[in-house]
Amino acid sequence: MTLEPGLYHLLTISTGLFFIGVYGFLTRKNLVTMLMSIELILNSVNLNFIAFNKYLWPHRLDGVFFTLFVIAIAAAEAAVAIAIVINIYRNNRSINVEQTEEMKY
Amino acid sequence: MTLQQMILLIPGIPLFAFLMLGLFSKKIPCNYAATAGTILMGVTTVLSCFVAFGYFTAFGKIDGIYQPMIPFLYHWLPLTDLLEINMGILLDPISALMLFVVSFISLMVHIYSMAYMKDESRIAVYYAFLSLFTFAMLGLVMASNIFQLYIFWELVGLSSFLLIGFYYQKPAAVRAAKKAFIVTRFADLGMLIGILIISYEGKSLDFISLIDHFTNSPQQISGTFLGIASLQWALALIFIGGAGKSALFPLHIWLPDAMEGPTPVSALIHAATMVVAGVFLIARLFPVYAIAAPDLLQGIGYVGAFTALFAALIACTQTDIKRILAYSTMSQIGYMMLALGVAGYGAESGLGFTASLFHLFTHALFKALLFLCAGAIIHFVHSNEMRDMGGLKKLMPITHLCFLIGCLAIAGIPPFAGFFSKEEILLAACQHNRMIYFVSLFTAGLTAFYMFRLYFSIFWNKPFQQHHSHHGEGGPAMMLPLIVLGIGSVSAGFIPFGKWVSSDGRPLISHFHLSFSILPVLLSLAGIAIAAFYFFEKKKTVETTVNAMGGLFRVAKGKFYIDEIYQFVTKKIIFNFIAKPAAWIDKNLIDGLVNAMGNSTVSLSNQIKGIQSGKIQMYAGIFLIGVIGLAILAIYYWN
Amino acid sequence: MTGNQIIFYLLALLTLGSAVLAVSTRHIFRAAVFLLFALMGMAGLFFWMNYAFIAAVQIVVYVGGITVLIIFSIFLTQETGEKLPQQLWSRRFIAALASFCALAFTLTQIFQHTFNASKQTAIEVSVQQIGLQMLGTNQYGYALPFELISILLLAAMIGCIVIAIRLKPTS
Repeated sequence: MTLEPGLYHLLTISTGLFFIGVYGFLTRKNLVTMLMSIELILNSVNLNFIAFNKYLWPHRLDGVFFTLFVIAIAAAEAAVAIAIVINIYRNNRSINVEQTEEMKY
Repeated sequence: MTLQQMILLIPGIPLFAFLMLGLFSKKIPCNYAATAGTILMGVTTVLSCFVAFGYFTAFGKIDGIYQPMIPFLYHWLPLTDLLEINMGILLDPISALMLFVVSFISLMVHIYSMAYMKDESRIAVYYAFLSLFTFAMLGLVMASNIFQLYIFWELVGLSSFLLIGFYYQKPAAVRAAKKAFIVTRFADLGMLIGILIISYEGKSLDFISLIDHFTNSPQQISGTFLGIASLQWALALIFIGGAGKSALFPLHIWLPDAMEGPTPVSALIHAATMVVAGVFLIARLFPVYAIAAPDLLQGIGYVGAFTALFAALIACTQTDIKRILAYSTMSQIGYMMLALGVAGYGAESGLGFTASLFHLFTHALFKALLFLCAGAIIHFVHSNEMRDMGGLKKLMPITHLCFLIGCLAIAGIPPFAGFFSKEEILLAACQHNRMIYFVSLFTAGLTAFYMFRLYFSIFWNKPFQQHHSHHGEGGPAMMLPLIVLGIGSVSAGFIPFGKWVSSDGRPLISHFHLSFSILPVLLSLAGIAIAAFYFFEKKKTVETTVNAMGGLFRVAKGKFYIDEIYQFVTKKIIFNFIAKPAAWIDKNLIDGLVNAMGNSTVSLSNQIKGIQSGKIQMYAGIFLIGVIGLAILAIYYWN
Repeated sequence: MTGNQIIFYLLALLTLGSAVLAVSTRHIFRAAVFLLFALMGMAGLFFWMNYAFIAAVQIVVYVGGITVLIIFSIFLTQETGEKLPQQLWSRRFIAALASFCALAFTLTQIFQHTFNASKQTAIEVSVQQIGLQMLGTNQYGYALPFELISILLLAAMIGCIVIAIRLKPTS
């Protein structure tokens, strides 16, 4: 493992970000903070795409495009999620995730 | 119209009538149902007469012997090489005879019911059931193989059940229907086992090949059970089935109770046609019984004789008019059975066979006559009990004459029909078995006694309460069958029966023995005289006789307590030792097992349902674990 | 230790550290700000990799759009003041353990794999190239996904409005 930053270092960072996001999603009780964790996950994916594009296929731009699309989709998803959170807040006066357990057996 | 088409129409028309009347009973008005049923029955009767007549005179006889013909055969279930269940029509002397008897009596009952059941709201259903019964009985007598006979046997039992329980709002009628069905069903179990054994032994279900196999080919004892050959078991079990249907002792208990049904039904089913099905069955298989199981046949004779005596003793003490007639039917069927029992196969020894079927024929006529007269009387008096009747001689002249004719016929007074048939039975019994002869002689005297006791009580002078009679005797629809049957009872004795129906198909000329016939006639006249004496004697002779007889009278009046014995056995033994444990096993073990399976599924699902908890983070956690697991599987274990 | 490496490791530290703090802090506003720092760190990493366009898009959309949106939602749900309640310690421990095991597993897989780099000449990542290829309709063009993304954004916009709308009762 060289000190020179290469593909492996970037992949390490992105994996670490991914699992930090997973930990945050599983642990947090507030809906908005759960959304933040999801954004972290999506960002790690972006980093992965760009890293692969730079180091493995420098003659192509596919990774860039995918990153752009992922950013766009993440934005749309965050917007819809916030709208839902606001709706939940209106009905329940709270955005604790334990108040959203109605769809069960 | 070919013979085959005619023969198929004979049971086909009543079946059609049953379906039409049964399906559309709510929609057709009452009188149309009766008329339609009767007209269809009339067509059937015409066809039956045509076929029977044609068989006996035109095409049945080949080389002087009446051959069994099979005009129709449908290969229904060819199961294996040996086992083939067909549906066919067998035409031979006894089935031609029964065709005529069944359809003629059924027609008389149909006509009679038009007036008798006029006020009944469910008359369409009634005629539907009558047609169903006629169809089943015609199918039974024309069955070409024993399995088909069994099918129609059960169907006859079903229609009897439906008709006995016709007034289903009366609990007594429901009980009687259940009793009839259960007792005959119980006997039919024996018959089914017998059928299976005999078809296994005879390698066929067909009557003609069964008879052929057992009378011609040498007997190989293929198996014994408790020391008796399996063929004897089979024939005995089949006889038990016949005994149930024909109300022989001890399976007779259902017949008196079956009088809860409407009187025309009693006339048709429980006097003339269904109860002789047992006799018909033995007659059908007669060559097998006579040649392969002569001891069994003798046993059958004893059972018949005992039943005749037993029923006659009970009939002397009863007071319900229909019950007396029912016991009289039982007694006469005993006569028919004992006549079969003392017969052999082949020319002169087959006299009993001819006598039995002759008595079947004449008995159908006069017993139906008696029952229909009883129906007219009950209709007039609105009661079944003898003590409510009396002095009806002037009020119901036609009925009186017909009832008298019927009583004379059943008592065996010449020249009425019963004399000839009974004389032949007694002759056959005298030739073969002295004990049976004396028993049947004594029973003949008893028959005359109790029938005339009934006759005098109904028609001769006792003060009659006038407020019962607000209508006349009964319309022409009720009187016409009485007159026709009366004419039949008078004239049927002169038919040379042996020329047509005999045990081996060859004509049997029976001679009239004057010296032999005097004794039974004298006994019958003595019976009539004793009945008249008891009736007209002003002193209290009846009570003194009853007290003198004491216990015997009480026992006979209580029908020899056979019903009570059956009740005891059923309630105390079968219910407690068999039914209750079986019910316990069913409720606790079997139901418990099924319930446990259901409950365990429910509890398991209750425990599993916690997975669907609605918690997003739990879902995500399980998702993560699943993905990691799949990844490990894919990377390390995928080849 | 060249400047390249130092900058890289600093950016990595910033990103990861902010991410960890974003998911573990008990003040919601601080979580939002730490998220912002993490996203900025990501943009820095993109810059370090010479993908300036993506970095710019990251800043504009993520930092300027999504983080602001999250802060808006925090305001709208009035949770700014109090400390966030925490999950049960056992739950957090198990989640951390699971995440850590998964992380270790993934990293071992990554490090055991040899990535074969392509030997072809690198293409210049300029806005002109990106534009030409994205809107191109040849074999390597991304015109169709581009159109689909635009439709998706439209649908998302309409969906948000419909979900969050508060209808005034008609009098």
